Amino acid sequence: MNTLPRCYFLQCVSYLLLVFSLSFISAAEASDSVASLQASLGLLKQTSMTARKQAITQLGEGHQPRSLAILHALLVGQLFIIKSTDKMVIAEAQAEQAFTVYEAESNQDLGQFSGAELSKISLTNALRSQVRKLIAELEINAEHPATRLAALKECDATVDEHLLSIIKARLPIETDAQVKQAIQQVLLLQHMTQGAKGERIAAIKVLKNEDSLAVVNQLKTFVEKDSEGQYLETDADIRHVAEAALTTITQRMQWYAGIETIFFGLSLGAVLVLSAIGLAITFGVMGVINMAHGELMMLGAYTTYVLQQLLPNHTGLSLLLAIPAAFLMSAAVGMLIERGIIRFLYGRPLETLLATFGVSLLLQQLVRSIFSPLNKSVATPQWLSGSWQVNDFLSLTWNRFYILVFCLVVFVALMQILKRTRLGLEVRAVAQNRTMAKAMGIPTARVDALTFGLGSGIAGVAGVALSQITNVGPNLGQAYIVDSFMVVVFGGVGNLLGTLVAGFSLGIANKFLEPFAGAVLAKIVLLIFIILFIQKHPRGLFPQKGRAADS
Amino acid sequence: MKNYSVLSKKCFLMLSLCASLVVNAQAEETIKVGVLHSLSGTMAISETTLKDTMLMLIAEQNKKGGLLGKKLEAVVVDPASNWPLFAEKARELLTKDKVSAIFGCWTSVSRKSVLPVIEELNGVLFYPVQYEGEESSKNVFYTGAAPNQQAIPAVDYLMNDLKVKRWVLAGTDYVYPRTTNKILEAYLKAKGVAKKDIMINYTPFGHSDWQSIVADVKKFGSAGKKTAVVSTINGDANVPFYKELGNQGVSAENIPVVAFSVGEEELSGVDTKPLVGHLAAWNYFMSVDTTKNAAFIKQWQDYIKNPKRVTNDPMEAHYLGFNMWVKAVEKAGTTDADAVQKAMIGVEYPNLTGGIAKMLPNHHISKPVLIGEIQDDGQFMTVWQTNKVVDGDAWSDFLPDSKPIIADWTAPIQCGNYNTKTKKCSGQNY
Repeated sequence: MNTLPRCYFLQCVSYLLLVFSLSFISAAEASDSVASLQASLGLLKQTSMTARKQAITQLGEGHQPRSLAILHALLVGQLFIIKSTDKMVIAEAQAEQAFTVYEAESNQDLGQFSGAELSKISLTNALRSQVRKLIAELEINAEHPATRLAALKECDATVDEHLLSIIKARLPIETDAQVKQAIQQVLLLQHMTQGAKGERIAAIKVLKNEDSLAVVNQLKTFVEKDSEGQYLETDADIRHVAEAALTTITQRMQWYAGIETIFFGLSLGAVLVLSAIGLAITFGVMGVINMAHGELMMLGAYTTYVLQQLLPNHTGLSLLLAIPAAFLMSAAVGMLIERGIIRFLYGRPLETLLATFGVSLLLQQLVRSIFSPLNKSVATPQWLSGSWQVNDFLSLTWNRFYILVFCLVVFVALMQILKRTRLGLEVRAVAQNRTMAKAMGIPTARVDALTFGLGSGIAGVAGVALSQITNVGPNLGQAYIVDSFMVVVFGGVGNLLGTLVAGFSLGIANKFLEPFAGAVLAKIVLLIFIILFIQKHPRGLFPQKGRAADS
Repeated sequence: MKNYSVLSKKCFLMLSLCASLVVNAQAEETIKVGVLHSLSGTMAISETTLKDTMLMLIAEQNKKGGLLGKKLEAVVVDPASNWPLFAEKARELLTKDKVSAIFGCWTSVSRKSVLPVIEELNGVLFYPVQYEGEESSKNVFYTGAAPNQQAIPAVDYLMNDLKVKRWVLAGTDYVYPRTTNKILEAYLKAKGVAKKDIMINYTPFGHSDWQSIVADVKKFGSAGKKTAVVSTINGDANVPFYKELGNQGVSAENIPVVAFSVGEEELSGVDTKPLVGHLAAWNYFMSVDTTKNAAFIKQWQDYIKNPKRVTNDPMEAHYLGFNMWVKAVEKAGTTDADAVQKAMIGVEYPNLTGGIAKMLPNHHISKPVLIGEIQDDGQFMTVWQTNKVVDGDAWSDFLPDSKPIIADWTAPIQCGNYNTKTKKCSGQNY
């Protein structure tokens, strides 16, 4: 409670200081502050982490106009020393190994430097969180409301005495309504633990409507018992209010957890559908068991990698370009496989299986010889990383979200191709009755090649998506081939919609099982379920109907 | 263009290999060294590097004049990541090629498959990878870390320096993570950690959908107590795991992950952005600044003709194992298996990162333990290290069953599985 007068005092002092420094800035003081900045930068140059820690603390205390920029650069790894002159600089990467360099003290442009001429100031986790906290402290009084809001969010969880005084000092001069509300919430959280009984209960009642983890953790401490079975919170009334508040929040949390699980399931389903949908065409429509399907996805992923090597500074663009490129690449290889091997083996499933299995080993070893057996690193563009933080209890990751959308787009496009184009018509005709289609003048051999190319191309496109969530390496295909067959067979051979439904339902079922059974067991349970299901319904969820189904 | 240069490099290697074979054939007699690492299949990613390391070390030794006045000759075989094939190839090396020592294996299952063969034919095997312990064979020298040289110090660091109170033990579902986590769980409980503060999770090999597990870890870690993940997740599954952590906003500052299977080599194939700040525990980092290490890195990069190639912990293990073997053969004056096994115990050789590695009577070696934070260039920055070397312990003191058991291959015990309570040797039954 003694913080209130102190904070007024601090506020007055800071006002005084401001007026003082604005009106009476003298040359001596200016040089003094430059000297202290130089001193802390000197400490930062030392390799010892204790020296760096001290330097960071000094940077935070000095209230230098440059210290905030320096701390920001330090946090994101842009603070360097020029090896030859021992000067502390902020460097922005222009291209690989090329930096534009600004002097840390004066922000003066020093021109271009190469990576070899600079040495980076690195941080440990402990220092990184110290810097983050300092920046938040300094930015509570920042110019833009959005920056202030972010700073408040940052220090939400760990409010100490010093920070609290800064926050309290901010409240009367805050103009932005949103920031004001955020400050009040931080203060309310404090009221929950300290203050008169009525005040505390009121705070709990207000805060139980907030979706905040800090609130939940604080409430939990009220109903916790110590090792002797005594409640930590002595006041029974507060305990009851806290318990009630916890129940309402927990209900909301469970609801959000449900949404999250469904999202996880849908996104796993999207990956399954993407990898299976090409197979649904080659296996489902054409009846070819293609064991090299996984390797066609792998080729798509490697195409993404190669494009990224060609356009190293445009990760986003190269990813978008990779979609058509991977389609063409895999389609070409697929057609080559069809023309070279599979067309001689139509109607002999066992031989097709063995031949395509051989092709898959061949493609794997080919990639090993060309790109080395090591995995390749495919960078993720900014807009694909991170998550959409709905509130403290629910966040949806962007990469999964985009893959879900991508999967639906690919599916709709494929359906349109099969339904509306001439190729689609011919494909369906050949699939339903090959001899009759031939009699009607459809060039079945050409249609076979194109259909196989289409299925393979879709596999390549799936590879682009996979490159964003898993390893790009020679073994990428093997990991997905079994799952792909599972989805196609479960959905009903020859039915694209079945593949979609099967993929999503397997994904969601897997994600609902995982928390109880663990990842290993969940997979086993699903496999057993599918085996039993296929015993009962050998043609899958959506069997082909009509005369075509018998052939 | 790139393909062409790689191919030509391969051709050149093959040619030089043939040339060296011809030269060797002309020389009167050579000492043969078997290299048993997968060059194809899933494990090729890690093991090819070790094969190249061995070829480099052998070439280096030959430049120094060979061993006992004879040249060394490498016999490279490819067990193709196929566990039974490891045993077959080991038999071939010992009976057909009559090698004096074998350097090889990576996964524990491949070592277990070679074990009966090497014991039956009385060979010598150097095993360079960190593993779960609970084993000591007369014929095997373990130059990688035992759990007390990697896992236990890492947990100590998290507990004492980072004040971690809640623990997630996440691993791939096979013998190494299962045994290590059993040891760690017992250790944590002995330190007073409650059962509700430990979460154990296993995933299949190559697991790629980490959404729900990471969400669980996040929930587990948001209870207001400092939480860390101790990861024995193997190889390929790591990349999607760290990616998901990054995407769900779990940073190394909130919930650090300490890994035992992620090294420089693995990081070179990864977008390192989401990994910065996470930890790994090893006995060697490429970034450690010693003159010995600098020379080793230069030698390796010159040999492999790639100035960007990295070095890693199992490579140092082979470096130590090979040089110890050379010293032991010189001491014994023969390559006879029994004499070398006897001479090996007590042999010392300097570690690349400082301190002296010594072969102990339990066939494990003493090593320093380092903990590093991953930097964005794929290297580690050492944040903690033991102030002296730690002796490898074959049988964990934290499992009730193996607590009374020791391994000692010197007289009078002469046993890898000796129960100090019953004073009985259980032989090679593990």
